[in-house]
Amino acid sequence: MSSSSAVVPQTDVTMVDLRIPRKAEWVAVARLTMAAVANRLHCSVEDIEDLKLAVAEACTSCIQQPTSTDQVAITCEMDANELRLTVREHTEHAGAAAAPRAAASVSVSEAAESELGLFLIRSLMDHVEYTIDPQLGLRLFMVKKLLG
Amino acid sequence: MDIKVKVRGPEGDAYIVELSGEIDVYTSPKVKESIAELIDQGHYSLVINLENVRYIDSTGLGVLIGALKRVREHGGSVNLVCTNPQIKKIFDITGLVKIFGIFESEASATQALA
Repeated sequence: MSSSSAVVPQTDVTMVDLRIPRKAEWVAVARLTMAAVANRLHCSVEDIEDLKLAVAEACTSCIQQPTSTDQVAITCEMDANELRLTVREHTEHAGAAAAPRAAASVSVSEAAESELGLFLIRSLMDHVEYTIDPQLGLRLFMVKKLLG
Repeated sequence: MDIKVKVRGPEGDAYIVELSGEIDVYTSPKVKESIAELIDQGHYSLVINLENVRYIDSTGLGVLIGALKRVREHGGSVNLVCTNPQIKKIFDITGLVKIFGIFESEASATQALA
């Protein structure tokens, strides 16, 4: 007896993971990596610039959170149709993710810039989810549709 | 990645701040410090030349907005020189084109402050 199964169309999904120290000087590395990934996908110059800005703004938001995580994790997941980006706070120390930083607080200007950053992300990407989890910290999920 | 800041002036009434490189969360404090120094010295008419800036993010925009707020308290103004389409797009998206004078050349930006 033979059995047949429905043919499910397979879409090739490629993933690129990057973790950077939660320090301002490392955001450029995330930005340049994003540009390389987008270039590999043959995105237009305008889309590459949009993606660079979106990923950098997301990393900056993570850095400006008043929590004690020590890394920012960036995951790019892509297929023929879209690029899905997750940028989140990350720590190797279990349970420490969202613990408040000892002597740090978010200044008024940092908060205003963070709002401007989120506004830019929402303007440049096709779909954005912004979540703050008490245990895991900030997570930004963004989608950019790939045309042609 | 770095930012270079060069201050010139006065040219007419204005001081010129020439920026080249990338303005992000790491480099924007240097830009902020240079502009704050000029304002602290009593120079309230500024032209900030972004022609050689390849990238700017919300922290960079925050520095420019902060400078504009400070000089306006003294009746001054900030004009920008910007020819890079991607950077112009960011000013468009954020609506900052409505609060900054944005010019194609340093000469026209300086003249508009006179």
